[in-house]
Amino acid sequence: MERERILKIRDLRISFKTDAGTVQAIRGVDFDLYQGETIAIVGESGSGKSVTTKAIMGILASNGQIDSGSIEYVWHDENTGERQERDIVKMSKDDIQKIIRGRKIAMVFQDPMTSLNPTMTIGKQIMEPMMYHYGKTKEEAYARAIELLQEVGITDAQKRMKNYPHQLSGGMRQRVVIAIALSCDPYVLICDEPTTALDVTIQAKILELIKELQVKKNISVIYITHDLGVVAKVADYVNVMYAGKIVEKGTIDDIFYDPRHPYTWGLLSSMPDLDTDDDELYTIPGSPPNLAHEVTGDAFAPRNQFALNIDLRVDPPMFDVPGSDSHQVASWLMHEKAPKVDMPESLKKRILKMKKEGLKNE
Amino acid sequence: MDKSTLKYIGKRLLISVVTLLVIILVLFAMLKMMPGSPFNPEKLSPDMIAQLQAKYGLDKPVLEQFVTYLKGMLTGDFGISLSIAKNIPVMDLVGPRIGISFGIGIAAALFGALIGVVLGVTAALKRNTIWDSLSTIIAVIGVSIPSFVFALLLLLVFGLKIKIFPILFNINDPIRSSILPTIALSVGAIANVARFTRSEMIEVMKSDYILLAEAKGLDRGTLIRKHALRNTLVPVITVLAPIIINLMTGSMVIEQICSIPGLGSLLVRGIQANDYYVVMAVAFLYSLLYVVMMLVVDVLYGIIDPRIRVGKGD
Repeated sequence: MERERILKIRDLRISFKTDAGTVQAIRGVDFDLYQGETIAIVGESGSGKSVTTKAIMGILASNGQIDSGSIEYVWHDENTGERQERDIVKMSKDDIQKIIRGRKIAMVFQDPMTSLNPTMTIGKQIMEPMMYHYGKTKEEAYARAIELLQEVGITDAQKRMKNYPHQLSGGMRQRVVIAIALSCDPYVLICDEPTTALDVTIQAKILELIKELQVKKNISVIYITHDLGVVAKVADYVNVMYAGKIVEKGTIDDIFYDPRHPYTWGLLSSMPDLDTDDDELYTIPGSPPNLAHEVTGDAFAPRNQFALNIDLRVDPPMFDVPGSDSHQVASWLMHEKAPKVDMPESLKKRILKMKKEGLKNE
Repeated sequence: MDKSTLKYIGKRLLISVVTLLVIILVLFAMLKMMPGSPFNPEKLSPDMIAQLQAKYGLDKPVLEQFVTYLKGMLTGDFGISLSIAKNIPVMDLVGPRIGISFGIGIAAALFGALIGVVLGVTAALKRNTIWDSLSTIIAVIGVSIPSFVFALLLLLVFGLKIKIFPILFNINDPIRSSILPTIALSVGAIANVARFTRSEMIEVMKSDYILLAEAKGLDRGTLIRKHALRNTLVPVITVLAPIIINLMTGSMVIEQICSIPGLGSLLVRGIQANDYYVVMAVAFLYSLLYVVMMLVVDVLYGIIDPRIRVGKGD
C-alpha cells in the first residue's frame, strides 16, 4: 500500500538574531515524513535538530525567523474527510496555534521532571487540550483522560487524575506527557530526547510504549536524539544533522551498516561499546563551527581528516549512493572523481560485529 | 481541606504561640532594662515616685511583674497608661488607632501588590520594549526614594496646589484623608513587587512546562492565565508578606507627616515617655500581626503550591 506523505520540508533555512550577530541555525534542510513511519534526526548539540522540530511545531523563539523554505502538512479533515494541504511557513501564528499545534502534531519533551505544570493536577493537564481544541465537556474529557492514562500504562488512573506531578515518578510523568500529547489525536508525534532524563530501566519501556502506540494509532514519529542506541531501536529512517544541514540520510540499515559520511563514521565510532579492546572512547576531534559566522565549503571540513581541497571552498550537494534509492550523502567523497576513501578499520570491524548480532537477533 | 493540610496548619499554629510568648518575654525584659521611668523626676520628689511605683506595682521583682502582666494579658487586660494619658486603660488608647493604622496599611499593601504584579507581568511579557523600561524606571524610583518624600510631594501637589485631598488627617472624613498616605506608603511595595514579579515571570515563561503548554496549542492568553500566572505568584506571595507587615507597622513616619492618629505615632510617644504598658501593647500587637501574617502566608502558599502541602518527609 502506498503510504501518504504527511509532512514535506523543503530547503528550510532558519536564523536567529542574537547579540553576537545573526546565527544561521538551519541551512537548508529537506525531509519527508510518511504516515506511520519513524524518522530520527541525529546530531550533536547545536546541530539544529531541536530548532528544526520547533519550527515544525511553530514554536520558534521570538528572535528566530524562517528565512526561506516550506513546511507542508497534509491531513484529512476529521469531519468531511477532505484532503487539506497547508504550508505553515505561510500561515499566521494564530492559525498555526488553532489548527496545527496540539491537534495535528504533538510533542514529548526531554525532561518529564520539568515539563509538567507543578501547580495543576495531571488530570486537568490532560483534559485541557481536548476541552480547548474540540470543545469537549468536562465529563467527556475526563472519561477520555482516564482512557489515555490506561493506554499509556498508568494503573489507578482515577486516583492519578487528582495527583500533582511531584507525586509521580519520572517514568510515570513521561507517560503522562505522552498521554497529553496523544489527547488530541495528532498524526505526528515529535519526541525530543524522550528518554535521556530517565532511568535506563525505564528508557526501554518508554520507547516500547511509544512504538506500541504508534502502531495502534498509525501515527508518524520524529525522534530527536544524539543516542544512536535509541535510533537503532526505533527508527525506520535516519537523518544525520551537522551544523544546520542534513549530511547523510537513509534507512536504518544504510546508516548503521553502510555509512558514507565521515561525520557519521565519527558518530558511530564514538558509540560506547563493551566488547572493544580500546581503552579510550573515540571522540570526533574539534568542535562544531560557530554558525554566527558565514560557513564556506563543507562545515565539517575542519574536523574531517578525509577532507578534500574542494571541501574548504564549496559546500557539497546531496549525492545519491549508487544502488540505493533511500541513501543520500552530502560529501564530496561521493563524487565520481573523488579519491576512494574507506571508513576506518576499527569502525569496519564494529559494523561487521553489529551485522552478526543483528542477524542473530532476527 | 484534607487531613494533611489541617495537620500542617495545627503545627504552624503551635509554633506561632511559642514564638509570641518568647517575644513578650524579650519585650518585657528590654523595657525594664531601659533607663528612665514613666514618672518625671524633675517635678516629683523621690518619695512621691516611690509611692507611685508602689501603686503601679513597679517596685516588685521584675519576674513577678512579668507574671502579673502575662496573667492580665490572658484576660485581655493590657494595663493602664502610666504617663501619656494617666490611668486610662491601654486598650482604650490603642483600640481606635488599630483600625486607622491597619486600614491604611492594608489598603497600601493591596494597592501596591496589585499595581506591582500588573507592572511586573507587563514588563516580563513585553520584555525589552518601552513598557519594560517604563516599569523598571518606576521600580527604581520606588525603591530608591523613601515613602515620606512621596508623601510630602503628594501633599504638596494634591493637597496644597490642587486641593483635592485634605493635608491633615480629618477624622470625620477618614477615607478621603487616607488616600494620599496610602499611595505614598504603597510606592515601595509597588517597586519591590514589580521587580520580583518581573524576574519570576521571565523565569516561568522560560520553563519547560510553558513550552509544553504552548505545544498543546493554547493561545497566549490562556497560557499566561492558566499556566504562567499561578506559578509566578507562588514566590511573589512570600515577598508580599513582609511587605504587608512593613506597611501596617512601619507607617510611623507617614503617620507623623500626615498627622494620622495611628498606632505608629502612639508608639513613638509611648517610648519617649517611658510608658511601659503602651509600648508593650503596641509592640505586642505588631508581633502578633507579624506571626499571624506569616501563618496566613504559609497556609496560602500551601494552597497555591501543592508541592509544599505534601512535604516528602511528612
